Amino acid sequence: MGTSYTPPTNPDWWREPIERTELLWIVISFAWCLFMFGWMIAWHWIGNQNMNNEAYKTTVEVYTKKVDDQLAKYTVRKDEASGDDVVAPPPGSDVYLLGMQWQWRPILELKKGQTYRLHLSSKDVVHGFSLQPENINFQAYPGYEQVINITPNKSGTFSIACGEYCGGVDAMGHHTMLGRIYVKE
Amino acid sequence: MATTTMSEFRVDPVSGLKINRTANTLVKVNAFAAIVFLLVGGLFGIGVALTRMPGVQLLKPELFYMFLTAHGIVALMVWIIFFEMAVLYFLGAHLLGNRLATPRLAWTQFWLMIIGAAITAVAILQGNSSVMMTSYVPLQAAPHFYLGLILFAVGALIGCFVFLGTLVVAKEEKTYTGSLPLVVFGGVTATVIAIFTIASGALILIPTFLWSLGLISQIDPMMYRVIWWAFGHSSQQINVVTHISIWYLIASLVFGAKPMSEKVSRGAFLLYILFLQLGSVHHLLADPGLSSAWKIFNTSYMLYLAVLASMIHGLTVPGSIEVAQRKKGLDTGLFTWLRKAPWGNPVFSGMFMSLIGFGFIGGITGVVMSVEQINMIIHNTMYLPGHFHGTVVSGTTMAFMAVTYYLIPVVFQRKIALGAIAKLQPYVFSIGGAIFAISLMGAGTLGVQRRHADISFAGQPLAYEYPEIAKGLMSFGEIGGIVMALGATMFIIVVLASIFTGERIAEDAKPWPKVEDADVVFEKTGKKHVGTGGFEAPGTFVLAMVLFVTLVLYYFINFKYLSSVWSMS
Repeated sequence: MGTSYTPPTNPDWWREPIERTELLWIVISFAWCLFMFGWMIAWHWIGNQNMNNEAYKTTVEVYTKKVDDQLAKYTVRKDEASGDDVVAPPPGSDVYLLGMQWQWRPILELKKGQTYRLHLSSKDVVHGFSLQPENINFQAYPGYEQVINITPNKSGTFSIACGEYCGGVDAMGHHTMLGRIYVKE
Repeated sequence: MATTTMSEFRVDPVSGLKINRTANTLVKVNAFAAIVFLLVGGLFGIGVALTRMPGVQLLKPELFYMFLTAHGIVALMVWIIFFEMAVLYFLGAHLLGNRLATPRLAWTQFWLMIIGAAITAVAILQGNSSVMMTSYVPLQAAPHFYLGLILFAVGALIGCFVFLGTLVVAKEEKTYTGSLPLVVFGGVTATVIAIFTIASGALILIPTFLWSLGLISQIDPMMYRVIWWAFGHSSQQINVVTHISIWYLIASLVFGAKPMSEKVSRGAFLLYILFLQLGSVHHLLADPGLSSAWKIFNTSYMLYLAVLASMIHGLTVPGSIEVAQRKKGLDTGLFTWLRKAPWGNPVFSGMFMSLIGFGFIGGITGVVMSVEQINMIIHNTMYLPGHFHGTVVSGTTMAFMAVTYYLIPVVFQRKIALGAIAKLQPYVFSIGGAIFAISLMGAGTLGVQRRHADISFAGQPLAYEYPEIAKGLMSFGEIGGIVMALGATMFIIVVLASIFTGERIAEDAKPWPKVEDADVVFEKTGKKHVGTGGFEAPGTFVLAMVLFVTLVLYYFINFKYLSSVWSMS
């Protein structure tokens, strides 16, 4: 007897045994919970897609200078479509990408199968690095520099959209923000 | 001769509850405000939906961002928290045959929330506060945008304390004996979480307000997001706890069911209090400066103990219905109890649609997307709006609508008008919601980013086109969104028609027939057998295993997809 909206009829309700349906479900569910917890840790060893957790405090001035130095050193051409600078840093090196209202710069040229230390930061507001069509997504903050070791496993033209709303007007804004990464064989 | 002053309490002929008139008025005004805001939030939602449909694109980007900000705040916060205030007062006063502790403070709660919501709405409609519900700094809104939210939150906080005070009154005045009813215990759980939530909100919104006035020079954007999500995600946890309490309530109201085990259900609520808040870290998994150890501990709600709690409620609520139905004679086969459930009663059908929608759509995807690594291929895509419409629309809002069909006769003392529309409403709303959620998650998996006024990147030299199928999913999903809006409109029409034109239920009307207690029926018939194979609720167990297998498969499918993208370390 009793309902969920009246006090329990048995004052010793905490001593009532648990029915089998519930008990078995709790055991199965908890086992799966433990598995999921373990798997998330295990993927750091068995998986190839993990966060690096390397990050630094920075300032817009310091980070912008790194981007400019990179442009001076590794610019290889102007992009055909946009006329922006394309940089091709050597494999293994640090690559600096800067999000700003409303573009990602510079355009990168990488080599397939090579690892790069990709740095992400923002010049103004919070942006989201969103690599398409791979659909890999990270946050980019002003004042913070996040480093991810990336190894492209496909060649082709990749776009970077913005995943974090960053303002905008009709003509341009969050919805027009793009960058590009070329991956060569 | 009747006295001119009415007594403080009335005995409700519909529910048999002893109802305090002042408390009843406060339930009424909060529920009514909630439904008005649901209408407002829904209208902004339609604008968003019609803009996201490639080929329609109703609104220009600036207007779209304003609509999206308004939709997020009104539908996700204002409608839901007003309704939760009504639910808390109902639990503390009506269910316990009690008065409200401090009606004057309860009115303060109501008016502060109204004024706060109005101020923020004005700020948004003025057009210079299109910063989205999340309002991440350093994007800046007008000062009154934050001020309105702060007033709204203070109002809600007052409501929480009125509820707790009301429980103290009930205990002092001995309006009940023994332990609190399970549903009220759920209300206490929601309130504990709400107080944490609102405190976090104050902690970040007050400095942000001062910053918008120029009194503080800078707010660290990373710190903002960490604290804001202790508010933003936690507020969704209040919804989860509240709608689960409503599931339990409806199972008892409609079927005369009792909880399968008080201990298990209360234990599961306790797990929520202890661990649910950790889940706020889901939003920070792609952020710099936070270690994997910290992320894994939090995003897993420490060993997924809050997920365990949801899985428990997901079984015990339908399980208690199954046991009650079996005790009432539907003790054959696996699903006779479910087939013969009152599917034409929107209180039940709405609750069951909420259970299925929350479990299969919101729940499964929520568990999978919050895995530290899986998040990288989902973070901030259209998958997110898909997921949280699965939880907040298909789960919370559907449950709130279902319980409204019960509250109208009890609280508003009116019969439901337009019964035929009410009967269909939960199905229209849920099916629309399901199409919307699943399609948007599909589009998100294919990369479509959220909060984009235009997903075609039209006119950009560095053009990018999403796959055709993603655009198709966006169109299809937004058609689901329109169906969902139709379902919400049906709800609002039924509610307004009922409370303004519905047949009055006189206070001295003949008591409505009570739903029989399943145990009483069981004892009367003297039958012994319930369930099969030593399981009292075998059908529910099978349904739970379907959910389990779906979750496991979906989990590994996502890891398979993850393993195919660029290596990252």
